[in-house]
Amino acid sequence: MPAKRSGTRGFLERSTSSFVDAMEHAFYAEQTARADGLLQRVDPRVKLVGILALVAAAAASRSFAVIAGLLAIAIALAALSHVSFRVLVNRVWVAVLLFTGVIALPAPFVTPGLVIWHLPLLGWDVTEQGLASAGYLVLRVETAATLCVLLVLTTPWNHVLKALRVLRVPAVLVTILGMTYRYLFLVLQSAHDMFESRRSRMIGELTGRERRRVAAASAGVLMSKTFDLSNEVYLAMESRGYRGDISVLDEFQIRNFDWVMLGAFALVSIAAFWLGR
Amino acid sequence: MSTTNTNSGTPVPVFEVLDATYRYRDVTALDHLNLTVQAGRRLALLGANGSGKSTLLRILDGLCFPDEGTVRFCGKLLTEESIQNDGFGVDFRRRVGLVFQNPDAQLFSPTVFDEVAFGPLQLRWPPDQVRRKIAETLEMMEITHLKDRSPHHLSMGEKKRVALASVLVLDPEILLLDEPTAALDPRSASHMINFLVRAKGGDRTVVTTTHDLDIIEDIADDCLVFHEGRVEATGTPAQILGDAPLLKTSGLLHSHLHVHKSGEIHTHSHLHRHEH
Repeated sequence: MPAKRSGTRGFLERSTSSFVDAMEHAFYAEQTARADGLLQRVDPRVKLVGILALVAAAAASRSFAVIAGLLAIAIALAALSHVSFRVLVNRVWVAVLLFTGVIALPAPFVTPGLVIWHLPLLGWDVTEQGLASAGYLVLRVETAATLCVLLVLTTPWNHVLKALRVLRVPAVLVTILGMTYRYLFLVLQSAHDMFESRRSRMIGELTGRERRRVAAASAGVLMSKTFDLSNEVYLAMESRGYRGDISVLDEFQIRNFDWVMLGAFALVSIAAFWLGR
Repeated sequence: MSTTNTNSGTPVPVFEVLDATYRYRDVTALDHLNLTVQAGRRLALLGANGSGKSTLLRILDGLCFPDEGTVRFCGKLLTEESIQNDGFGVDFRRRVGLVFQNPDAQLFSPTVFDEVAFGPLQLRWPPDQVRRKIAETLEMMEITHLKDRSPHHLSMGEKKRVALASVLVLDPEILLLDEPTAALDPRSASHMINFLVRAKGGDRTVVTTTHDLDIIEDIADDCLVFHEGRVEATGTPAQILGDAPLLKTSGLLHSHLHVHKSGEIHTHSHLHRHEH
């Protein structure tokens, strides 16, 4: 029964492959964050504020040309920061198009306005306003996602978190996010090892019911391990003086180059807000 | 170190455990334990897995408290309430440091730098002092090059060194180490042992749990053998290592099959030795 067999192996192999993918993504992000590019040289706080300003400008703009211009700036920044075009296409644009496309799909048919085309067979009307509305949504999301991915790919994750302090994000939240990222890999590794170990001892095939049982048992074991670890982590924190309040150390220093970049971000954002109003 | 009450006139011990019992639900981890740790001594707690060593370290670090009996730190009662007291709690956390057996539990920060900074920042040290102390500690532990690395990218040996650095940065007078050489490759283990050997004759009190008999002569002045939550014996490393029946009943000495050069295979127990 080949179909059944491929289903069984697929379950374990798919899980293992997902863990490996997640780790590869993180590894790629860490590598690009260490590259010698334009955005990598910018202070994380300046980068965070600047990119958020550009995202806000793209979200507020009512001009297709302005949003397209912001996307072009994002692509130029990616090129100057050694972020591969292929990564942008595969990890951002295609994924965003699939996700946002589904949301935007009804707009051309349900938005009232000037009918420019009739859908063959179904006979639905496609309106100009509907198409524009769907186009704006997709382009805005593509631009915002590209800018956000640029921030993450050109900044070590712990620096992104620390930079959030400039937006008055509480230190305890920054610490929790940092710990989540830290332990995500440990739990992923643990899950990966569990699945590998099961695969190494498996002969034959599992029925659908058995597969569900294995998945539930694995999730239970992983949860129990995670719970034990979280208890130990709390004790380790307490042992080094944690008493409910968290303090973090800011190591960033603003240089002249950062002021120039901050000015450039501000200029582009204000211009985009003005032209796209 | 002794397992009896101190006599009047002797210095106040750093730790004094009296008749302590600790249970995990139905399992008794510590059974009416008595222990005194004097300042500046290096004490090894020996015992097989599950003998109660790690539980005792957590009690000495004020992370859990005995169901029965008392623990005193420098003469002051160590309780859940006293450790919550700002003055005593902060002073205790600065003076006593625990290095956990599992470094993944101890290394919870995104980078090595943040990890080492955690303790001083929680104790509200000024930022300049924190930065200076981190630089000194990373240098001393020879891990400056790992400063910006994430803990999940480190080897087990590196993780253990970072875990130790994260505690040493506070300059603790009393260092509690839970299986410091467990799961380490020989090179990383020797690095850790060198650190413990250098603690000899200093002001620092070091309490180490281990079941590695090869290292206790180097890292300890006194030994205490645990078995099922009770103290089975106390003595110098030489006295303990010379008592084979004690080591066997405590699960510290084992027999297994050996292949000799002649090709003969038989079972006998012996201590392993390392190169000098």
